[in-house]
Amino acid sequence: MITFDGVTKRYADGTVAVDDLSLEAPTGEITVLVGPSGCGKTTSLRMINRMIDATEGRVLIDGVDVRTVDPPTLRRGIGYVIQQAGLFPHRKIVDNVATVPHLLGWDRRKARARAMELLERVGLDPGLAGRYPFQLSGGQQQRVGVARALAADPPVLLMDEPFSAVDPVVRASLQEELLRLQAEFTKTIVFVTHDIDEAVKLGDRVAVLRVGGRMAQLADPATLLARPADDFVAEFLGRDRGIRRLSFVSGEGLRLRTDLTAPASAEVSSVRGTAAPWLAVVDADDRPLGWVRVGELPESGTLADVRLAPYGTFVRGRDSLRGALDATLLSPSGNAIAVDDSGRVRGVLTRETLEEALRQAAGGAGGARA
Amino acid sequence: MPGVPVREEPLVRWDWIGRNWPAIQALLADHAVMALVPVAVGLLVALPVGLAGARWRGLYQPTVGVVNVVYSLPSLAVFIVLIPVTGLATRMTVMVPLAFYALAVLIPAVVDGLASVPGHVRQSAVAMGFTPLRRLLRVELPIAVPVVLAGLRVATVSSVSLVSVGALVGRGGLGYLFIDGWQRQFPTPIVVGIALVVLLAAVADTLLVLAQRLLTPWARARGTA
Ligand SMILES: Nc1ncnc2c1ncn2[C@@H]1O[C@H](COP(=O)(O)OP(=O)(O)OP(=O)(O)O)[C@@H](O)[C@H]1O
Ligand SMILES: [Mg+2]
Repeated sequence: MITFDGVTKRYADGTVAVDDLSLEAPTGEITVLVGPSGCGKTTSLRMINRMIDATEGRVLIDGVDVRTVDPPTLRRGIGYVIQQAGLFPHRKIVDNVATVPHLLGWDRRKARARAMELLERVGLDPGLAGRYPFQLSGGQQQRVGVARALAADPPVLLMDEPFSAVDPVVRASLQEELLRLQAEFTKTIVFVTHDIDEAVKLGDRVAVLRVGGRMAQLADPATLLARPADDFVAEFLGRDRGIRRLSFVSGEGLRLRTDLTAPASAEVSSVRGTAAPWLAVVDADDRPLGWVRVGELPESGTLADVRLAPYGTFVRGRDSLRGALDATLLSPSGNAIAVDDSGRVRGVLTRETLEEALRQAAGGAGGARA
Repeated sequence: MPGVPVREEPLVRWDWIGRNWPAIQALLADHAVMALVPVAVGLLVALPVGLAGARWRGLYQPTVGVVNVVYSLPSLAVFIVLIPVTGLATRMTVMVPLAFYALAVLIPAVVDGLASVPGHVRQSAVAMGFTPLRRLLRVELPIAVPVVLAGLRVATVSSVSLVSVGALVGRGGLGYLFIDGWQRQFPTPIVVGIALVVLLAAVADTLLVLAQRLLTPWARARGTA
């Protein structure tokens, strides 16, 4: 666990970059520091590995004041990833990744083997190992940066806007990769970003800082979106907060109707009497085929002969309420098809059920402002 | 045509070159030593001075100022001033000023080279736990190499050409051939002298380019890729 205990940083010119910050970054979790430019995120992060020393207060890692540890030793146990990757241009990729193992005195072969293993873990082609950094794309360089930070298996990882210099598609895949790696390695991560979407996507806990280096709110993402502490936080969270917070509401408990599906092999005549306006048609394997409007059924034949409208599905147990809402919006019937992990239809979520769930979710956002 | 001298001096008399080849070779060797030793010494001095200049920026400007003043002095004047100290027609008289000229190019090259290390690279080295000395030797100096080598090329080529001026104080390597040819109104030594100076400069420069290729494969494609 990383602890900020009443930490203040005043630069030589009098700028107070961080003001009386107290914060705990629990072991094995991702704690995100987010806030507008100049609010002291980088300064805070660098006080952990002593690239900057606090003016007042203490920073502790597992109870040990970092100031009692010699900086190079401290830093070799803390991975650090920055926006421009900071790769050494004169070293091949494999040697870049092996940097800290080298500093720690591992033998060369072991360090290289470890580097190769990590390249693979972060989703890079091992064939890139012999290249120089300038021969890699920005996204690849960033992955190398992550691999390098993890090379000596440090318990703590500091990341300063590591993904903000790459395009949105690459950024999303790097974020997924980080979450995957975190599930595998379980590091104590402090992640700095000015992108609130990134913060709520990655953070177990999110600390919103305001300019002047003061903490505005510390909460898990769902709470943050549901109950911003003040107007500054609400404003910082930005538009669509209502919809975005649905990402954190589980779709697990949604009641499904099983009487609104019909197999493709069913005779038209057998479903004509259905009271609902739309039926979800499934194949013999229970996979969704589309929607049919009951009022427009042909005279005879089976449902397999009918032209079906496209459908929206969500994965029950995995997708949030936001995913369910999205599925209903994509469906001509206004209802969404719920499937399980293997893609088999479990039932139909009606718009009425969804609306009820949305109302409840809004109720959960009780004291929300703005 | 009437009035034209019967015997016209050709631009190059190959037989003269043949007869004087051992002497020409000696001049060439002398020239090479007097041109290259100062550059080597200059580099050895410029490294620590440049490091200090990069570390304490306040020190850098005055240092460059002094070195530039030296650089602006006419080489002949410096040679003459040095004669009482280092002697007439000695290598030292020529090499001492040339070492200062090399410094004037190499100190800024070292400082600029270190300044060419991107801030994020330096910082990630700090963050990974490099000690300052190790960071300098393993990260900053290697990355500074292309800029330092570029300076070294300039210093080398100009040093090779400046040695000739020493001929006016009695020790100028191939420069002796210019004076000799001019005094005797005999073009062959002048042509030989020019050709060999240019050749020496070209060879030295090529070696440096090859060294650069070898030392910094990572920088090669930067401009072209
Ligand atoms: N070396 C320094 N000397 C003086 N002031 C500084 C120094 N470094 C940073 N500051 C100031 O401290 C404040 C916080 O800077 P910091 O870099 O921590 O912000 P940040 O939240 O990381 O911003 P960004 O999102 O732009 O990276 C800013 O006002 C900045 O100008
Ligand atoms: Mg910053």
